[in-house]
Amino acid sequence: MTLTVLVDYDSGNLHSAAKAFQRMADETGAGEIIVSSRPEDVLRASRIVLPGDGAFPSCRRALAAQDGLFEAIEEAVVTRARPFFGICIGMQMLASRGFEHGETPGFDWIRGEVGRISPADPALKVPHMGWNDLQIDRSHPVLSGVNSGDHAYFVHSWQFRTASAEDRIAWVDYAGEVTAIVGRDNIFGTQFHPEKSAATGLRIIANFLAWKP
Amino acid sequence: MLKTRLIPCLDVADGRVVKGVNFVNLVDAGDPVAVAAAYDRAGADEITFLDIHATHENRGTMFDLVTRTAEQIYVPLTVGGGVRSHEDVRALLLAGADKVSFNSAAVANPDVVAEAADRFGSQCIVVAIDAKTVSPGKWEIFTHGGRKPTGIDAVDFARLVEAKGAGEILLTSMDRDGTKDGYNLPLTRAISDAVKIPVIASGGAGTLDHLVAGIRDGGASAVLAASIFHFGTYTIAEAKAHMAAAGIPMRLE
Repeated sequence: MTLTVLVDYDSGNLHSAAKAFQRMADETGAGEIIVSSRPEDVLRASRIVLPGDGAFPSCRRALAAQDGLFEAIEEAVVTRARPFFGICIGMQMLASRGFEHGETPGFDWIRGEVGRISPADPALKVPHMGWNDLQIDRSHPVLSGVNSGDHAYFVHSWQFRTASAEDRIAWVDYAGEVTAIVGRDNIFGTQFHPEKSAATGLRIIANFLAWKP
Repeated sequence: MLKTRLIPCLDVADGRVVKGVNFVNLVDAGDPVAVAAAYDRAGADEITFLDIHATHENRGTMFDLVTRTAEQIYVPLTVGGGVRSHEDVRALLLAGADKVSFNSAAVANPDVVAEAADRFGSQCIVVAIDAKTVSPGKWEIFTHGGRKPTGIDAVDFARLVEAKGAGEILLTSMDRDGTKDGYNLPLTRAISDAVKIPVIASGGAGTLDHLVAGIRDGGASAVLAASIFHFGTYTIAEAKAHMAAAGIPMRLE
């Protein structure tokens, strides 16, 4: 029985993500989904999901505040190469550093920085909130059946600029190119919320649950 | 490019849809869960629940409703009505809401917005502003369902809640609400121009051209409507196609 752990580090709304993963796990026979903040659960997981809402530094602090939790995630993802899915802030924390409320180091698993979205056009609002159409840079197993032009639901004021173009898998247009999906080896992350992105998002979740990087 | 959002809104009281819904073959058209799921399938970009007589006694009913709805829909769900504190926000987020809307409580104490935004992030904090025209080009905030004047200027208040960390404004014209005469476009434009955060136009949508005008002339980022969808006057798909034909970027998949 495979186990997928959604890491709970008190980062806000996990319910939506958990029910979407549960539904797709049920439909595809992808095993058990649990929400947990226990390092031992992370270490026995076959797959790890890091959701997250809120500000970069407070999420980073909250993760660090749970004894042994970050170390367990690092062991599972970096050493044991378990498939990892970061969502929204959970994706941004993959970066080298973030600049929300001052500079905060990220995991540095995907090199790059998280900076503010600041459109020159005042008609473009911040947060970037709503449905935007994905422009896919390169194919990826988790995007099987997802095409450029498919929509996903975004809500964020900060964006991840990857140092290497190869680590960006998709982008959307909002006052220029905004990173929508990053990936490298067993690590995958979306700026948008797949659990709120209707059929496209559910497909991405199902693909992740079947992914063998 | 970012698409304009079309948001059906359900007024809910004691766990039931108020005024009824008459647009699809639902077994129970008064059940908010069934109606929300139908709107999700129809292509709504988000769904909003407003608990119109939120009291302490019926809070449990609303939480249960939100939990059951969250199991059915995979687009964002905003919940408002009777939200007074960041504890209320937390409880609704845990139940499955994606965004929570403050109204009277934000007027009484704008710092509740800051407390909630600091804890949960601006992305999930909406402030609902109910405004009435008091003279040409001047709008005042009203609370308690539009019955209680506050003396607060709506544009000033919009800027204040933005500074407190609101992620979005749900702007309802109390002059137009329920009239089907169209959104209050000067009000919508004034608020949209005053803040950098998205503004949802609400109150008065009666035709599909009203939806277009709310975006094009009002400068809103999203349009909210209730009765035109509930009573089957138009479907979500018709509304989106009409807006797209008028040159507004819409999600049509």
